[in-house]
Amino acid sequence: MNTTATLVIIEDEIQIRRFLRTTLASQGYQVIEAETGKQGLSDAALRKPDLIILDLGLPDMDGVEVVKTIRHWSDVPIIILSARSQESDKISALDAGADDYLVKPFAAGELLARIRVALRHVSVTASSTPEGIFVVDALKVDLIHRKVTINDTEVHLTPIEYRLLTALIKHAGKVLTHQFLLKEVWGANYTERAHYLRIYMGTLRHKLEQNPARPRFLLTEVGVGYRLAVV
Amino acid sequence: MTDQRPDPDSLLERVQRAEAVRRRGRLKIFFGACAGVGKTFGMLVAARERRAEGLDVVAGYVETHKRVETEQLLDGLEILPPRWVTYHNTQLAEFDLDGALKRRPALILVDELAHTNAPGSRHPKRWQDVEELLDAGIDVYTAVNVQHIDSLNDVVTQITGVAVWETVPDAVLARANEIELIDLPPDELLQRLKEGKVYLPQQAERAAQHFFRKGNLIALRELALRRTADRVDAQMRDYRNDHAIQDVWQVKERLLVCVGPGNSAENLVRASFRLAQLLKAEWIVVYVETAKLQRLSRAQRDAILRTLKLAEELGAEAITLSGHKLVDEIIGYARTRNVTRIALGKPTLLGWRHRVFGSLVNDIIRQARDIDIHLVGKESSFLSQMRANPYFARSRLYLGLASEEVYSPRKWREGYGWAIAVTTVCTGIDWWIFSYFDLANLIMVYLLGVVVVAVRYGRDPSVLSSFLSVLLFDFFFVPPRFSFAVADTQYLITFAIMLLVALVISNMTASIHHQAKIAGHRERRITSLYAMSRELAASRGKENILKIAVKHVADVFEAQAVLLLPNTAGRVVYPMAKSLTQSCHGSDLSVAQWVYDHEQMAGQGTDTLPGGEMVYLPVKATSGMIGVLVLLPLNPARLALPEQQRMLETFVSQIALALERVRLAAESHATQMKMETEQLRNSLLSAISHDLRTPLAAIVGASSSLVRDGEQMGHASRQELSQAIYDEAIRMAGLANNLLDMARLQAGAIVLNKQWQPLEEVVGGALAGIRMADHPVSIQLPADLPLVEIDSMLIERVFVNLLDNAVKYTPTNTAVEISAKVMQNELLVQVADHGGGIPLGEEVRIFEKFHRVTREGNQGGAGLGLTICRAIIEAHGGRIWADNLPTGGAAFHFALPLTQPPTIEPEV
Repeated sequence: MNTTATLVIIEDEIQIRRFLRTTLASQGYQVIEAETGKQGLSDAALRKPDLIILDLGLPDMDGVEVVKTIRHWSDVPIIILSARSQESDKISALDAGADDYLVKPFAAGELLARIRVALRHVSVTASSTPEGIFVVDALKVDLIHRKVTINDTEVHLTPIEYRLLTALIKHAGKVLTHQFLLKEVWGANYTERAHYLRIYMGTLRHKLEQNPARPRFLLTEVGVGYRLAVV
Repeated sequence: MTDQRPDPDSLLERVQRAEAVRRRGRLKIFFGACAGVGKTFGMLVAARERRAEGLDVVAGYVETHKRVETEQLLDGLEILPPRWVTYHNTQLAEFDLDGALKRRPALILVDELAHTNAPGSRHPKRWQDVEELLDAGIDVYTAVNVQHIDSLNDVVTQITGVAVWETVPDAVLARANEIELIDLPPDELLQRLKEGKVYLPQQAERAAQHFFRKGNLIALRELALRRTADRVDAQMRDYRNDHAIQDVWQVKERLLVCVGPGNSAENLVRASFRLAQLLKAEWIVVYVETAKLQRLSRAQRDAILRTLKLAEELGAEAITLSGHKLVDEIIGYARTRNVTRIALGKPTLLGWRHRVFGSLVNDIIRQARDIDIHLVGKESSFLSQMRANPYFARSRLYLGLASEEVYSPRKWREGYGWAIAVTTVCTGIDWWIFSYFDLANLIMVYLLGVVVVAVRYGRDPSVLSSFLSVLLFDFFFVPPRFSFAVADTQYLITFAIMLLVALVISNMTASIHHQAKIAGHRERRITSLYAMSRELAASRGKENILKIAVKHVADVFEAQAVLLLPNTAGRVVYPMAKSLTQSCHGSDLSVAQWVYDHEQMAGQGTDTLPGGEMVYLPVKATSGMIGVLVLLPLNPARLALPEQQRMLETFVSQIALALERVRLAAESHATQMKMETEQLRNSLLSAISHDLRTPLAAIVGASSSLVRDGEQMGHASRQELSQAIYDEAIRMAGLANNLLDMARLQAGAIVLNKQWQPLEEVVGGALAGIRMADHPVSIQLPADLPLVEIDSMLIERVFVNLLDNAVKYTPTNTAVEISAKVMQNELLVQVADHGGGIPLGEEVRIFEKFHRVTREGNQGGAGLGLTICRAIIEAHGGRIWADNLPTGGAAFHFALPLTQPPTIEPEV
């Protein structure tokens, strides 16, 4: 585990910062705190962090704007913290390029798990799987031979189902919004037809999951999108 | 009973009178026997005294007739400029009512109370101007002569032979606070007349000389004195009443006056008024409209209307009844109103006709044994001649009655034409069958013809047809043929009987036909009223009622109509809704406002602004004025008919009732809302105080322990305290979420983000967000479940809340089952548990806000979960309910409407 990673926390609430600082420091992360969006942006640019934790409700600027600005020059993973009243902002931030989100209040364990996924994800996509094989638990996808197996039993997927699965694998662990997946799998003309995505996700689950209503791999982020489990 | 308590009725009346008096201005009338006694003079002297006392006095209108002494008195008084009216190229100075209302003095002088205003004024009569001044709280001094008093009018005319047309209703006098009699002995008056001190209009000089005879003056003086004495007497009685000086319990007299179409009706009304005054009785003037009376000529019906109007002016209650038998109606009505006396005109039928046809008077006397009957004699023929004077034609105009006949002469002529034609055809038929049939059968054909004419064209053409038939029969068929001569005298009897039969048939047929027509007419009226009442009863909202009212009124009364309602400032305005085709535009809002403020009719056919085309009716309910109905009738005369008036009143009261119902409903709804809000606030406070404080107490306690003694504690204790803080914080987070959801749903800010969703995914999302470790969940969703159009975030909240409840209220390790199926156009979802079930009778109440099955329980939550579920499901157009399973445990169900999901292109 990379315990020397540097994290920037952009959050105006002092109590949340206090909680994040103690939790993350105890895990060996280097923590840089920023109280405002502007301060956060300059820290993100100058300190070259490995990951950014961004609160959406900042006093000086819109959190979505912060994400967009960072994405101009960096692919650093961004995890968003949002309150329940900021649901639509959350989707905008994800569409703008944020990697993951957490709804307040959240438990420390949850946060640490997300940070680990985001940091590993960077390494996965950066190096790509050398054998071209993606494995989670019983699910194995051979990207070169286009072969999907569950417990070594081959599963036949339609071309669209396969495209959907590979799109998820490409960003495994990351929350993918409906918009993003529709554009990725069906093309830019289909971004308004969310029911396509839901139906194909349903059939995909019936093929891959043991209990489709309680999925193991293809997780639902209600109102936001989907995520492929990586552990 | 020996106590001296006054009758409650009279007490109430006294209180009402006192209240009305407090608001109104005071009226003082300077009352004289005839012109020249010095009323104006007396009035001015009194006014100067008031002014010397410091009162704000204005001379509104004073007629000095250029007399020097009088004009001197006017010196120094503020004079209201008159209103100039051009009428027939002459400038008339009229009292300026609006100016006076605007100036608002404490006391105003308005001379000549009986004056008739120039056409186009707001009121036809000056006494009505005075009434309005009094209503506005302004005191008025005025003057009037005895011959102008309505009820004495005919007496004066009989005495002096000079008819006076300008009259003042007795009610105005009765309401006056003070009456000062200005008396001058006849000799002195005659002296003043000789000296030219009495103003006489030039053109009336001769008549006036006839008027100012000593005998007349004595008689007039006596009338004036007696009238004043009557009033003093009445005051005395009032005083006795007020102070409970009452030896006998007086039974209140009630006088019923029956008027008919005869020309003595007005006389009867005036006489009855005097009788009622004498008896201090309430009096009711009744006109019974029978089928026979509905056939009266227009002139006669106008006369009846006029009589009823006069009765109302004299303070009677004017009632129109309708029925078959005059006597039954009168007696029946008299009984319902506890009438003690009935006044009737003396019967006109005398001699044999009286004996044959009987008379109303005899019938009433026979049936009303316990009621006193007064018979009033006919007025002198002199007076009835006078009534035909053109002035009355003018008063008819005021009533809006002078208009064209219902039956046009064209239709009239047509009827006779057809009578001749039909009889000719009968002759033709007889000609044809003459050789085969008996003469008696030919008569039958003629009789058939008479029937046809009677049915189609009424009585008069069929009478013509009867005579024609006899003549033609004689001429063409009775030997010798082609001559009116008759060979056999027995045919004369045939003719007589044929004519008699034909006449009887035509009369009967016509009258049956007419009655059927009247019945049909009545039925239509009642049907239309019923239709409106039904629609009004079924309608909700003011807008709808306005629409229905306007539509029906317009249809039934052949008029354009509009219902004006007041805005919050109490000003009547046009409704906001789009106007209907039947809507009446261009009504005068200031007139409507006047009607609204004064609760009186105005416009066409009324006392106020009779010149206008429109009629303004106050719409009044028990709780006060509601609005103003404005009508622009196509045929104003028709609207003035008594039955139409009655009908219109019924319609208006129905509309008023409906509008009042809406108003009361809105008020009670608002009250209920307020009460509910109040209740909600209380439960919210108690819920929050409990549900927020409990976890906070735990968190504060546990964390303070950790902060203070953390070092000394063992690992297990620290772990336990930390876990407690975590659990309680999560519980608070849940509560905060629910409160936020509730607030959003409550504020109506909820906008559904509806998308086509598979239910499975929503259930999955809910299960992922909740800890169900201790409760195995089984999910049974059919594979072919269609997509539903829902807001997934909100429906997920529904599942979360239902599952959360199951976790809270059922023992650990009992299963929770989620299932769904399609039923007709709905998706039915069930969340069932295996706990103790819902207590009996709580199935509905658990969905109420802040309701918990056990108060202060340890389950936590503010009792909002199910309320939120209900709000969400209802926002989706669905329904939610709960019951107990036969196998034990509770089941929560909700149904979501299903519509056709969008198509999806198959994968190629």
